[in-house]
Amino acid sequence: MSAAKAPERDASGRGAAFASAVAGEDLAIVEPLIFDRSRPERRAVRFPRASEEARRVGAGQPEIPAALRRETPPRLPEVGELELLRHFNRLAHLNMAIDLNFYPLGSCTMKYNPKVNEWAARLPGLAESHPLDPEELSQGSLEIMWLLAELLGDISGFPAISLQPAAGAHGELTGMLMTRAFHRANGEGEQRTKVLVPDSAHGTNPATATMVGYETVTIRSNERGGIDLGALRGALGPDVAALMITNPSTLGIFEDQIDQVIAAVKDAGAIAYMDGANLNAILGRFRPGEAGFDVMHFNLHKTFSTPHGGGGPGAGPVGVSERLEPYLPAPIPVLVEGDPGEVRANAWRGRSTPGVRFALDADRPHSIGKVRSHHGNFGMFVRAYTYIRSNGDAGLRGISEDAVLAANYLRIRLHDVYDLPYDRLSKHEVVFSGRRQKREHGVTTLDIAKAILDHGIHPPTIYFPLIVEEALMVEPTETETLETLDHFVGVMRDIAEQAASDPESLKRAPVTTPVGRLDEAGAARRPDLRHSFANDDSGARAGAEAAVAASARSGSRTPTT
Amino acid sequence: MANPDDLRYSKEHEWVRVDGSQATIGITSFAAEELGDIVFIELPEVGATLSQFATFGVVESVKAVSDLYSPVSGEVVEVNEALRDTPELLNADAFGEGWIARVELSDTAELDALMDAAAYADETA
Repeated sequence: MSAAKAPERDASGRGAAFASAVAGEDLAIVEPLIFDRSRPERRAVRFPRASEEARRVGAGQPEIPAALRRETPPRLPEVGELELLRHFNRLAHLNMAIDLNFYPLGSCTMKYNPKVNEWAARLPGLAESHPLDPEELSQGSLEIMWLLAELLGDISGFPAISLQPAAGAHGELTGMLMTRAFHRANGEGEQRTKVLVPDSAHGTNPATATMVGYETVTIRSNERGGIDLGALRGALGPDVAALMITNPSTLGIFEDQIDQVIAAVKDAGAIAYMDGANLNAILGRFRPGEAGFDVMHFNLHKTFSTPHGGGGPGAGPVGVSERLEPYLPAPIPVLVEGDPGEVRANAWRGRSTPGVRFALDADRPHSIGKVRSHHGNFGMFVRAYTYIRSNGDAGLRGISEDAVLAANYLRIRLHDVYDLPYDRLSKHEVVFSGRRQKREHGVTTLDIAKAILDHGIHPPTIYFPLIVEEALMVEPTETETLETLDHFVGVMRDIAEQAASDPESLKRAPVTTPVGRLDEAGAARRPDLRHSFANDDSGARAGAEAAVAASARSGSRTPTT
Repeated sequence: MANPDDLRYSKEHEWVRVDGSQATIGITSFAAEELGDIVFIELPEVGATLSQFATFGVVESVKAVSDLYSPVSGEVVEVNEALRDTPELLNADAFGEGWIARVELSDTAELDALMDAAAYADETA
């Protein structure tokens, strides 16, 4: 495919429209900024004028220094509701999104988010509940949290769960804080200073260990992509606090010596942490708690189909073994009156159980404390609970079966054209290497990823894991049809062919997207994060500069837009 | 780019240019090319003590964030301040303008643990 011969994008004809919009341009914005649509006094919503009393209170806020009080209104865009609606709908359709495109972004489990989840989360009794409502008025919400924790316990084999953490890395942090509390309680807090992390782990694992004050020691993988047991045993000792392992790993490989790994860690008196981000591959097949792990986080926004990416927020509950249970964040939803089995059986039949009572148990003297305001991202609990309930036992096993089948299908269909450094049975994802294309034709994995965009597919994760040269990390998930997988195979084979026949055309990709190849290095080196108004005034500038200064203070150096 | 003959090289893709008791260190062209466009570098502090093969800084490219491993031990006497605002020098001229730090060597015998240009070329072939 070349600039002159753009592929059919889809039935909507957007592909053609975009190709003509960018013809001859390096960068063409096809939808103007909302600021450019702004006209004075246009409004989508007109607010009532604030009362005199409210204005007096607002003007007299003594805790806000005079120099920081705004004298002029913020320069918000002024548009009507229809303009607003069209603008954001257009932007949404310029995006690559799971509701529009195949999205095999490895490690992220970008599965379809069933709309029944949204129905449940929008039920007024749940959507309008408030975390500060008294317990007696929140029994339904507490029951859902209790039931979700019970189900996550069943799925993972852990006897206790906290739903509080707001994301996967937050779950990791919670797990490592509990690890530290455990060692301190045993008088080994000073002695255990190291956390072992295999080189095939998620990048957040060493970051988490460092955040909690541990020194990270990297354990190399063996030639099969598993943990090198010799290296692990050599590194374990009385100074090791924990092993953090991503299983299945970022190579999409299940650690088949997991029993020996856990035994070695426990023999050394350390905590065995499992990063559960890749749980999708092992749902209903492997229960980490039963296998001997002490702690694991779940990613509800991966495995349990709550929105991921910009749609979030995430949710990263943690499950723990009995020895870590005392340290769980407080409070925890508990059933204080009633029979757990009866409540669960009734819930499964869609009934509530009369006469039961739920409460939040904050009386946990060894708890590491609260890790999230209120109870966590409750809306995500409702969605994840809905997902688990609508799939049931057999459905959850079907999910892992289909996710693994899809990844292996792609592995088999593509391994002759892309190198496969670890050619083993895959779990949820398969990691190819673009090194052959790079060596033979000078086409990098970045070029391949950009070319994939031209076919209306979100590219896989690239250049990760770091232990695979020119990595292409593909996670198709269970929600795609055979036709979609075959289409992807066709696209990948075409690109491999094009790399040989016309490598220069791949260097120009993408050509059918709203904007072409972006200067990623320039954007990172010299980020331009503020909008410049045509006739700027000092009020707006001061606000923008304050925001830039705040971002500089927080150490941000990459664009976040 | 060819690896200059007058430098010593580490397996972690750093180079050393020895000048009396001092040495200049940087990353190789091979490393810069593999990393892709470098957008940020965290330099060591002047006065910091480096240990051979231990981390002493971080480079961030559009692809990944990677540790820098010092090829020698010693005290940092100067860092390349220009890299703070123009990290692209690492890509453009890794063996020259893209130098990272100058170090007062604490043990010149350590240089024997490094490779010459020919051995490094084999390593990266």
